[in-house]
Amino acid sequence: MRIYFLVILLFSSFLSLSQSCDYTLSGVLTDLHDGSVLEGATLIVAGSERFVVTDFEGKFIISNLCNETYSIQVSHPYCLTKGFSVTLSGDTFKSFELEHHIEVLNEISIDGRIISSQSKTLKENILTKEEIERFGSRSLGDALASLSGVSSLNTGNTVIKPMINGLHSSRVVIINNGVRMEDQEWGAEHAPNIDVNAVNKLTLIKGAGALQYSGDGIGGVIIAETAKVPFKDSLYGTTQFGGASNGKGTFMTTELTKSYESGWYGTLQGSLKRFGDFETADYSLSNTGVNQGNAFLKVGFNSFDYGFEAFYSFFKNEIGILKASHVGSAQDLFRAIESDRPLVINEFTYDIIAPKQEVAHHLARIKAYKRIGELGKLSFQYDYQKNKRLEFDIRRGSDKGDASLDLELYTHTLRLDLDTNATDKSNLKIGVMGSYQNNIAPNTGVRRLIPDYDKYDFGAYLIGDYRSSDQWLFEIGARFDHTQMDVFKYYRTSFWESRNYDQLFAELVVEEFGNQILTNPKLNFQNGSGTFGIVHNLDEKHKLFFNYSLTSRIPNPSELFSEGLHHSASRIELGDLTFNPEIGRKLSFTLERKEERFSYSINPYLNNILDFIVIEPITSNSTIRGTFQVWEYRQTNAQLLGVDFDASYVFNKALQFNHQASIVKGFDKIQEEALINMPPVNTTNEIVYYSSKIKNLRLALQSEYVFRQNEFPNTDFPIYIPETETHEIVEVSSPPPAYHLLNFNSSIDFNFSEQSTLTVGFQITNMLNTSYRNYLNRLRLFADDLGRNFSVNIKLNY
Amino acid sequence: MKNLYFLATVLFTLLLASCSKDNETPEVVNEEELITTLTVTLVPDTGGSSIVLTTRDLDGDGPNEPEITISSNLTAGVTYNGTIELLDETKSPAEDITEEVEEEADEHQFFYTIGSGLDVTATATNLDSEGNLLGTEFELTANTASNGSLTFTLRHEPTKPNQGLSSAGGETDIAATFSVIVE
Repeated sequence: MRIYFLVILLFSSFLSLSQSCDYTLSGVLTDLHDGSVLEGATLIVAGSERFVVTDFEGKFIISNLCNETYSIQVSHPYCLTKGFSVTLSGDTFKSFELEHHIEVLNEISIDGRIISSQSKTLKENILTKEEIERFGSRSLGDALASLSGVSSLNTGNTVIKPMINGLHSSRVVIINNGVRMEDQEWGAEHAPNIDVNAVNKLTLIKGAGALQYSGDGIGGVIIAETAKVPFKDSLYGTTQFGGASNGKGTFMTTELTKSYESGWYGTLQGSLKRFGDFETADYSLSNTGVNQGNAFLKVGFNSFDYGFEAFYSFFKNEIGILKASHVGSAQDLFRAIESDRPLVINEFTYDIIAPKQEVAHHLARIKAYKRIGELGKLSFQYDYQKNKRLEFDIRRGSDKGDASLDLELYTHTLRLDLDTNATDKSNLKIGVMGSYQNNIAPNTGVRRLIPDYDKYDFGAYLIGDYRSSDQWLFEIGARFDHTQMDVFKYYRTSFWESRNYDQLFAELVVEEFGNQILTNPKLNFQNGSGTFGIVHNLDEKHKLFFNYSLTSRIPNPSELFSEGLHHSASRIELGDLTFNPEIGRKLSFTLERKEERFSYSINPYLNNILDFIVIEPITSNSTIRGTFQVWEYRQTNAQLLGVDFDASYVFNKALQFNHQASIVKGFDKIQEEALINMPPVNTTNEIVYYSSKIKNLRLALQSEYVFRQNEFPNTDFPIYIPETETHEIVEVSSPPPAYHLLNFNSSIDFNFSEQSTLTVGFQITNMLNTSYRNYLNRLRLFADDLGRNFSVNIKLNY
Repeated sequence: MKNLYFLATVLFTLLLASCSKDNETPEVVNEEELITTLTVTLVPDTGGSSIVLTTRDLDGDGPNEPEITISSNLTAGVTYNGTIELLDETKSPAEDITEEVEEEADEHQFFYTIGSGLDVTATATNLDSEGNLLGTEFELTANTASNGSLTFTLRHEPTKPNQGLSSAGGETDIAATFSVIVE
């Protein structure tokens, strides 16, 4: 084969003697499976002595070529060498994909090789290490929100919850190093317990893309991974240090990896972050500081036949909640909304006082695989998670300083997966998993928000794909889950009776204590989920993705059991014991064009959700503490219709323009009104200057425009104010006006020695110091969002 | 394949076995900072029987509304010495929350809001350790025959000193409104 190419090349070079030969061939080399860039691969122009090596972004440039056909041989230490034929016409851009062969075999089981089990027919968005590092001083949610179709549901500026195509919390599944996060993700004010600095790669799938791990990601799946370790004798690491003006904070992170050619490896990571009170354009946001720490250790062994890995990580944080947002009754809420500025503004401090949250998350995992002859590869995983969440409110007397909410969530999961040795054209993967979860809520002197429960889950799945030709790929997957919950819940007798539960569920009563009733609900759910998809390569540049997915999500504990005052929202929330699982049906198309100059992807989708659980206000309730709005969960049929658009245009080697736009419309089909908390239409435009000659200097200016959300349910409610003897409307639903932010981002590399690079980054967010409020920030009723911020970070690779 | 089934069975048996805990019931949580009852006692300085205003909400933030009782009407021209008592009557014996509030006097303050139409004046008579108003004790003068609302508001962590309820800030712990008649 190579001889043949050589001959062609020889002939063509004779013919081309008279042509001008100053064209270049440039492109990117990626992994066929997960699209990650391949660094350090060698490209040889067949028949010549010329070769180039891809840089850390997988990019290569071969210059002084003619307008003719070349044969390029591409090799990488972990991949099978492959030849490509390229016809040049002027400066040409061509991307190559290599099958990351040997490493894939190992990683499928060892490195939480989610990649091979996640959907191939849903277009995924990836954030690389370099992109994630720009968010080093911020959070995982902020990094994700830079992708089109992702927004974030915020509580202030430190509790950032990712929202995919308008859905969040229990509807977004997060997989951290091959383990499904169980960190009380149901709460709107609970951010994912993952440190952005411990993540090497983030993959976003806008749909049910990882049936191996879950069938209930109605909104989507987020996959966080640590770095891959190569098969070679090496010791390397990264240390990053950063500081930011807004919040006067600093962070530091270090990661060190030792690897051996024999297959053994180990990685150790640690990071710390501390911020004080943040500020808006005009005033300080009192009690919004954050303290955070993370560490992980990974040790393992890889070979062709078998391998194993042990992983442990610990995450802890303490987050202050804006003092002015802690209100007593609806009358207090009215005062807070009426005031332009927060009612409490104090001097800057690093101290964090109540209201605040303290969360610790432990994650331990062992994983092993073995190839079993003809059968394929069998892998086994056990993981353990412990999540401890404390929430502190302003308390009185002997309870002062004690947590109001104390929850301990323990999860054990066992899984067994078999990756069959299918043909070149097809893959088949099957597996089973079982998990046990136990929630314990110690007595804090405040009635439990989430009751004590035991939950058992058993799941089985099957995923297969078939590549019929270079143009077509088909994929099908199915999963079944059986979930059982055994709950001990104290109901207030007055609520139990007002709901008629004393008639409906008399058999659940265990014992009566004064004005409370102890009940023992036992719930069983059987859920099926599935996905079907096609990828079609229209031509070299265009690809079409189609995917249909069916997902089922069981109601979470707060939707089932809430019954009382939710202090941080200053409203009474009522759940319903009789809820059914939500069933989502999502249809998604993507048209993608990848080319040297102009690339884009357009992704329209339709998500119909049966028995969608929403919480909305139904009435007001007077108590001795004043009036409170009563919010009740209810099931409805929802429809989410939207489109995400990404485009980039490369003017020349130095200048590029990027564009992103997302729109989503959420509709409640029963009440015939808009769904609450849907992301407003937004668009981001960015111009990037890059020069490899000037130390990889990168300058980016970004404009972010967020429209006003014009579609929202009216949840305003009237109250009586005794001071003025008037009836007033508490405007909790009206969205804030549109806003525009300008951001600047830059970085430059300095080569320290052959082995080490120093990267210095400088960023300004909200350059114009615009005052604005974000519809998706739960504290928008109380205060503006963040003002201008200067940040610097210094990274040393060694 | 047989081996696989066997292995799977063993693993899940182990899992279930390790998880079958004894089902202990969690202990009942009696809300500790609950205030169910506010009682205002007005003692006329002319002597005679006191007037008692009570609001009682035994299910806290549950669905039941507070029950309000007023023992008798006020008399025009009389000055009353008022005291406020807070109780948690879900405990037995009832817990006196007034003591806690008085211990943390500099973090609390009672305010009196008099509705239009009602011709009375009320001023706090007791102070916290900083010399600012606390207001669990007060003086109320019923001026002329009239009627209207009288609201007692307890704020936790208000700005002290302050110009009254509207500028006090803090968080409302109690807001109890009574319809009062002066004869």
